Amino acid sequence: MKSSLLILACFLAGLLGGALGRVPANWSIETLTLAALYALLFLVGIGVGGSGGAWPMLRRAGARILLVPLGVVVGTLLGTAVVAAFLPGVGLREGLAVGAGFGYYSLSSVIIGQLRGEMLGVVALLANIMREMFTLLATPLLARRVGRLAPIAAGGATAMDTTLPIITRFSGNRYGVIAVFSGLALTVLVPFLVTLILTAGI
Amino acid sequence: MLILAFLLAGALLGWRLRYRRRWLHAADRATTTAVFLLIFLLGFSVGGNDAAMAALGSLGAQALALSLGALTGSVLLVWLVERWWLPTTETDEK
Repeated sequence: MKSSLLILACFLAGLLGGALGRVPANWSIETLTLAALYALLFLVGIGVGGSGGAWPMLRRAGARILLVPLGVVVGTLLGTAVVAAFLPGVGLREGLAVGAGFGYYSLSSVIIGQLRGEMLGVVALLANIMREMFTLLATPLLARRVGRLAPIAAGGATAMDTTLPIITRFSGNRYGVIAVFSGLALTVLVPFLVTLILTAGI
Repeated sequence: MLILAFLLAGALLGWRLRYRRRWLHAADRATTTAVFLLIFLLGFSVGGNDAAMAALGSLGAQALALSLGALTGSVLLVWLVERWWLPTTETDEK
C-alpha cells in the first residue's frame, strides 16, 4: 500500500511537472525513457535470475500448483476481454495488455506506455494499482465466501509481496507457499505476455 | 522485442549472481529507482500532452472497468480450479 501510494505521488509529480514546466525537446525525454526502460528490464531480469532458489519450492508443491497462476492468466484475460468488448475506446489487444499486468503496475505501465503510448500506460498504471488495492480490501470477504485461493487469484503478481501478509492472515499460512509461487510465476510472465500481446502479428 | 533481450540478459547475470546477496540487493534498489524515474517520466509525458490530460477522467474509468474485469475473471477461474482440480487443499488442512 505504501509503495503504491509512493508510485502515485511520483506519477502526480511528473504530471504536474509536465503540465506546468516547459517540455524540453521531445526526443530527449523519449530517449531517457527508453534507456531507463531497458535498464529496468535488465535489473528485473537480475532479480528473477537471482531468485532461482525458488525452484525447489515448486518441486515440493507438485505440478498441480501450476493450475493456480494458469487460472489467474486465463481468468484475467477472459475478464478483460469481456470488458474491452463493451468498453468504447478500448480495443481487445489493449484491454488484454492492461490485464496482463496482473497487478504489477510499475513494469506493465512503462512497457505499455512505451509500446502503445502514454494514454494506455496511464490506464495500465491505474488498473493494476486498483487490482492491488481491491485485493487488500476484499481479501477477508473473498477468503470466507469464495475460497482460500480466491485472494491469491485476486492478488495476481502482488501475491508474492505486497498482498502476501493479508493473504496468509485470512487464507492461512499454508497458502503462503502457493501465494508466493503464483505471484512469482505471474511476475516473471508480465514482461513477456504484455510485449507479446501488443506486438504479436495476428 | 529488444525489451525481452534485456530481460533475458539480466536473468542470466542474476543466475550467476544468485549467491551474492549484496549484488542482488544493489540490483533490487536500482530497480526501485528506475521504476520511480519511469513512472515520473510517464506522468511528465502525460502532463505535457493536452489530449491525455483532458482524457484523464475517462482513462480512470477504463482502468476501473478493466481492473474489475480482471479480478472477477481470475477469482472465478481459480474458484473452478479449487473446486474441481485441487480437492485436496481443503481436506488435508488440519
